[in-house]
Amino acid sequence: MAVPKRKMSRSNTRSRRAQWKATPVQLVACPNRACRELKPQHVACPACGQYAGRQVVEPA
Amino acid sequence: MPTPTKGPRLGGSPSHERLMLANLATSLFEHGRITTTEVKAKRVRPLAEKLISKAKRGDLHNRRQIMRVIRDKDVVHKLMAEIGPFFEDRNGGYVRITKTLPRKGDNAPMAVIELVSEKTVTSEAEAARKTKFAKDQAAAAPAAAEAGTDEPAEATADEAKAEDTDAELADAEAKSEEDTDTEAPASATDEATADPAEGADADQPASKKDES
Repeated sequence: MAVPKRKMSRSNTRSRRAQWKATPVQLVACPNRACRELKPQHVACPACGQYAGRQVVEPA
Repeated sequence: MPTPTKGPRLGGSPSHERLMLANLATSLFEHGRITTTEVKAKRVRPLAEKLISKAKRGDLHNRRQIMRVIRDKDVVHKLMAEIGPFFEDRNGGYVRITKTLPRKGDNAPMAVIELVSEKTVTSEAEAARKTKFAKDQAAAAPAAAEAGTDEPAEATADEAKAEDTDAELADAEAKSEEDTDTEAPASATDEATADPAEGADADQPASKKDES
């Protein structure tokens, strides 16, 4: 079985992990004119609880 | 043959999945709206709609078919007595899924699945004017007329559409006060009635020639 010959340096480890980046979530303004909060797409608005003009969930 | 479900079963085994889906459907019919994960909602929707279709028929055989899935007799009675008759004028699409924010804790995508509580726009319009659209009544006759004649129908279709656009503009101005939803089916009926009428005139001689 192949095994590493040398210990990976702290620098190499940190250089590799420096590329682990989170991407921002794409948000859109709520189509409810009274709300206009940013929300994820295709999801009932967490602020006003509406989706496509219908009240789907209770606002948090 | 129905398309097999892709991916692993919910809960690990086929019997476990059947039980979970039956419980979800029971809760859905009992409460009218439940919050669950998006995957479970997508799996339970076909089952729930088939059960509602059975409930719409409403005879003893279909009641027994429902009893195979839903073990709670109160829910079965509610399904047969209330939910089935409510969806009498809706052809499928009884259940609506709306996505919501992911669950705290495991970030699972969640959804609200609910029975559609609104009546269809066409049924409301028919109830208001107490009539049926000519499109629904004359749907059988045009289909028979168009079957025999292909080429003349296309030629007349262009003329008919040109006339229809003029007629639609006039209709749109006339009906501007009416609801927009009722306007679209009305214009559709114009096309449906205009096409077969002209096509039938051109087609009947042609079909007679073929027979002679």
